[in-house]
Amino acid sequence: MLQINQLNLQLPHYRKWWRREWATCIEDVTFDVQPAEIHAVIGASGAGKSLLASTIMGLLPEGAKATGQLYFDGNLLTSEHQQRLRGHQLALIPQSLNALDPLVRSQRQVSWAARRAGNPHTVAWQLAREALSHYQLDRDAQRRYPHELSGGMARRVLTAMAHVSRANLIIADEPSVGLDPQQRNRVLAALKALALEGKAVILITHDLRHALPIADRVTIMRQGRSVETTQASAFQGQGEQLQSTYARALWHALPNNAFSTSPTRLSSKEPTLA
Amino acid sequence: MRLILVLLCVAAVSFGLIMLSPIDPIDAYLGSQMAQVSPDQRALIAEQWGFDAPPAAQFSRWLSQLLSGELGWSHIYNQPVSDVISQRFQRSILLLGSAWLLALLVGFALGIIAGAKEGSLLDRLICGYVYVTASTPTFWLAMLALLLFSVYLGWMPTCCAGPTGVVNQDVSTLTRLHHLILPVATLALLGIAAITLHTRARMVALMRSDIALHAFAQGATRFDIAWRHGIRHASLPAITLAFASLGELFGGSILIEQVFAYPGLGQATVEAGLRSDVPLLLGIALFTALFVSIGNLIADSLYQLIDPRISKEQP
Repeated sequence: MLQINQLNLQLPHYRKWWRREWATCIEDVTFDVQPAEIHAVIGASGAGKSLLASTIMGLLPEGAKATGQLYFDGNLLTSEHQQRLRGHQLALIPQSLNALDPLVRSQRQVSWAARRAGNPHTVAWQLAREALSHYQLDRDAQRRYPHELSGGMARRVLTAMAHVSRANLIIADEPSVGLDPQQRNRVLAALKALALEGKAVILITHDLRHALPIADRVTIMRQGRSVETTQASAFQGQGEQLQSTYARALWHALPNNAFSTSPTRLSSKEPTLA
Repeated sequence: MRLILVLLCVAAVSFGLIMLSPIDPIDAYLGSQMAQVSPDQRALIAEQWGFDAPPAAQFSRWLSQLLSGELGWSHIYNQPVSDVISQRFQRSILLLGSAWLLALLVGFALGIIAGAKEGSLLDRLICGYVYVTASTPTFWLAMLALLLFSVYLGWMPTCCAGPTGVVNQDVSTLTRLHHLILPVATLALLGIAAITLHTRARMVALMRSDIALHAFAQGATRFDIAWRHGIRHASLPAITLAFASLGELFGGSILIEQVFAYPGLGQATVEAGLRSDVPLLLGIALFTALFVSIGNLIADSLYQLIDPRISKEQP
């Protein structure tokens, strides 16, 4: 469905007023996502996960320099292409709950997403209701404003907005952050359901433990590079099937495992520029 | 309750200011006949009008009159104050209302358009225009407009609310509107700049927010975002400003009505001040304060309609 080939991303920053320098945020990232698959992208803060999502969506800030190729359904993904596919084929579940408009009731927001996906007005309203009901948001919740919803409910509204777009590739950016276990499981189960419908899901998270039960494959990112792409099943036992030391260290650091943070393995030898 | 306190303060302060004013109402009333009037006659007039009493007594008498619903007698128009205000206000509200509405609508639309694409050619054009008008004094603009459209081009009448020498009842609606165009346009220009700048600032912030990014991710265009999200978000500052500027609009209308010789409330205020017509001036001050307060009250209740996060329960 989506293939990322040697992706590099550089963002400009100004050391003095006029001296522009380029910070490399993503370097030589290559992996692919298949239909009906949840592909987890795991990494610490600053590993370039969210920028990766923006690059795929074509929503990079002005002045960003990206090289490498993205292929969607076998076609090279150009920026015109991305513009056309956004909201139809590509959908993003954003990290921040601030992405919901605080002045608009949840059903109306979802219906706008449906409108933007090309549905006529009357259908969009109905689709929004169905999508929200699908995510266990009742009529009362559909009439509420975002500040009247709990974090888990707001997250499900965002998921419903991606759902009504009928996109085949859904990028979920930290969807489980700040939720209690029950709400988190609900959100993750919703993503799993999307994958079972045949959609490709990229799950961006820093939480390896919660991603593993639903993910099919995992890509570990570190400091803008993809360290390793492997089957989720490789994370078991002592991590013998894992190729890289970083992935193994990450696995060992989990509380259920050795709970070890060996400083040599996890500390960075790279330059401090994130 | 708070409104009554505000009105009382306004009345007391205005009264104090009038008492400090160097203009003697009797001198102003007599005008050039001042020299022909003897001190005895002056004392008689003062007694007739109640100017011989100490200021505090005058004020308390005015207050007790007010409580019985009587605003007093305007000696320069020789009419009850309430009549003068209602007549003048009917003319002024036409001028003020249409200027206010025009400023709100045009300013809001310009702000949305400019803010939707920050740094675009349209944005820079609108900003440049707004900076120029924002720094232009109203009365000067009014005089320029009068010179250009009425004197040189002759498209517009030079003064008043209708043609001179025609009885008020005989003036047709079209003629009235014709006389209104120039003052309304000038007064509206005053309000447009501020509303445009505030609307634009809110729009620019919105376009950089997570809300806009999310909308872009759904495939929305800039126009879509401005239409669906922008109008809601930008209407808060626009409404705040529009209602808060009601007082400013009154101030502006005083200048405009002077320049265009439009017989409205603003002109009456100037007359009352220059000729020390205390009841009329107090009446106008009270009325203006009431008008502005009600405007703010309306703005407060409109917020709740637009932004559900602002609710009555919160302190």
